[in-house]
Amino acid sequence: MAQYLIKRILTAVPVFFGITLAVFLMLQAAPGTAADLAGAGEFTSADQQAVEAALGLDQPLPIRYLRWLSGLLRFDLGRSFQSGRAVMPVIAQRIAPSLLLTGTGVLLAVAAALPLGVLSACRPHGLLDRVSTAVAFAGSGLPGFFVSLLAVYFFAVRLRLLPASGMYTAGGSGTVGDLLRHLVLPACVIALSNFGSLLKQTRSACMEVFSEPFMQSARSRGIGAWAVVVRHGFRNALPPVLTTVLGHIPHLIGGSMVVECIFGWPGMGSLMLAAIRSRDYAIAMGVTVLVALAVLGANLLLDVLYGIADPRVSYTRSGQ
Amino acid sequence: MAGLCILLLELAVVLIVPPMLRWPPNVTDASVGFWAAPSAVHWLGTDDVGRDIFARLLAGGRVSLMVGGASAAISVLLGAPLGVVAGYYRGGWEFAIMRLADVFQCFPSIVVILCLVSLVGPSVVNIILVIGIMGWPVIARLTYSAALTVRQKPYVEAARLGGASQAVVLREEVLPGAVAPVWAALAFRVGRAILSESSLSFLGVGIRTPQASWGNLIQYASQITVLTGRPWVWIPPGICILMTILAVNAVGEGLRRAMDPREEGRHA
Repeated sequence: MAQYLIKRILTAVPVFFGITLAVFLMLQAAPGTAADLAGAGEFTSADQQAVEAALGLDQPLPIRYLRWLSGLLRFDLGRSFQSGRAVMPVIAQRIAPSLLLTGTGVLLAVAAALPLGVLSACRPHGLLDRVSTAVAFAGSGLPGFFVSLLAVYFFAVRLRLLPASGMYTAGGSGTVGDLLRHLVLPACVIALSNFGSLLKQTRSACMEVFSEPFMQSARSRGIGAWAVVVRHGFRNALPPVLTTVLGHIPHLIGGSMVVECIFGWPGMGSLMLAAIRSRDYAIAMGVTVLVALAVLGANLLLDVLYGIADPRVSYTRSGQ
Repeated sequence: MAGLCILLLELAVVLIVPPMLRWPPNVTDASVGFWAAPSAVHWLGTDDVGRDIFARLLAGGRVSLMVGGASAAISVLLGAPLGVVAGYYRGGWEFAIMRLADVFQCFPSIVVILCLVSLVGPSVVNIILVIGIMGWPVIARLTYSAALTVRQKPYVEAARLGGASQAVVLREEVLPGAVAPVWAALAFRVGRAILSESSLSFLGVGIRTPQASWGNLIQYASQITVLTGRPWVWIPPGICILMTILAVNAVGEGLRRAMDPREEGRHA
């Protein structure tokens, strides 16, 4: 057990350096530096060199990487190429709205996909299974931005039911009700685009578990059909389903970028896009590295929890 | 089957029809002006500089299908051999390749694609390369686990005992056995790549006008007057993207079922 945990944590170390090195190199390849910003066109090349020396930009690449890394560990992501403000606080205020939006979207998708997946697996190729598989298949091909536009067109423009953009009504009092009204459309788009794969995973995980001998033995002992499905079947199918849910997080952040942009949601995705458009790579790479490290951390945590929850895991997984 | 038919039909239309159109995609029709409504001459009207939108829809289809196919091919050509090498040789190769795959997969792909395309410039070739390169780990994981199984098979053992060199065993025995799951994944990658390209172009950081793409046609809908008053501009390319991705996924699903009767697919 302990051996499995240590091994799992150790494999994360090279990945951590890989992620940070990749982002650092992209940042180096980006046009414009903090020294250009300080100069604003009025510097001679001697001034430029002096500023670069002061900022440590004349150091060799490995030294600059280590400096950047130590800054990252202290949550210092440098300064914006455009405004000169520290990057971290700018990103920090976007984290909560992003989590709220993607969290709501995922919860909606899970709430719909889990029961439907279990029920579909109970009666494979039945009516419910066919319908939900068809819906899941259609959902898997939906381009998020097109669905968002359709949602805005029908629900906000045509029917005038819901607001089309932002988190709160401009000039409004900013109540929770107002927030929820703004949340409905983007969260539903995110839920819709994740529903399909969640349903498929739940269904196939349940199908696999339902065919195991212990399910038959539970049934033959005369336990009610529902109790078998819920207590024996679903419980055992839950871990692979959870993996799928958590495995979705990186795609979610990417997918929600487009949704955030269309709905004017003030999250990390729209910040990132604005940064890319204005070529402010300090902010863009800051978001990128934070998201990638969050994904690494989430995967690690998940595997560790797995190892603790299911003793079979440490045998099978540490063997690879 | 339906998926394959739709796809072939689309390819045929996109390749054959454009030269027969009266209006090429990049020519302004001064007689009707900007933002003309659909008519017998311009089936989907004209855009902000008076170009025929139907012609641009077909031209955009060429670009989107090409980007999808080419970048999926790059993902497979990179990923499949790397996965097989990692699964067959194991040891240092396995560690290096699979940790590199971990690094790639920690990044949400659209975010990195956005950064890289913005760094190298949004030409069609660059977009194909970036999307293609970002897709290798999904493929590599498939061939990796297939190679782990295949290397234990008696026929591989036999080839090794028969004195074949490592490289020959890898190429002649392991590779053919390990690429079975790749075909379905290739189809799914085409869908993903089309989605990435159109998202990118929609966000204004992908393929730019005058070159048409389905994504940048839909981008007009970010102007509120187009979104509300001219749905014929942005709904057709959206439906084209949707249909193409569904068709490609249907093909992938069919291939997956054909290759793996156990009905299980993790990286769909």
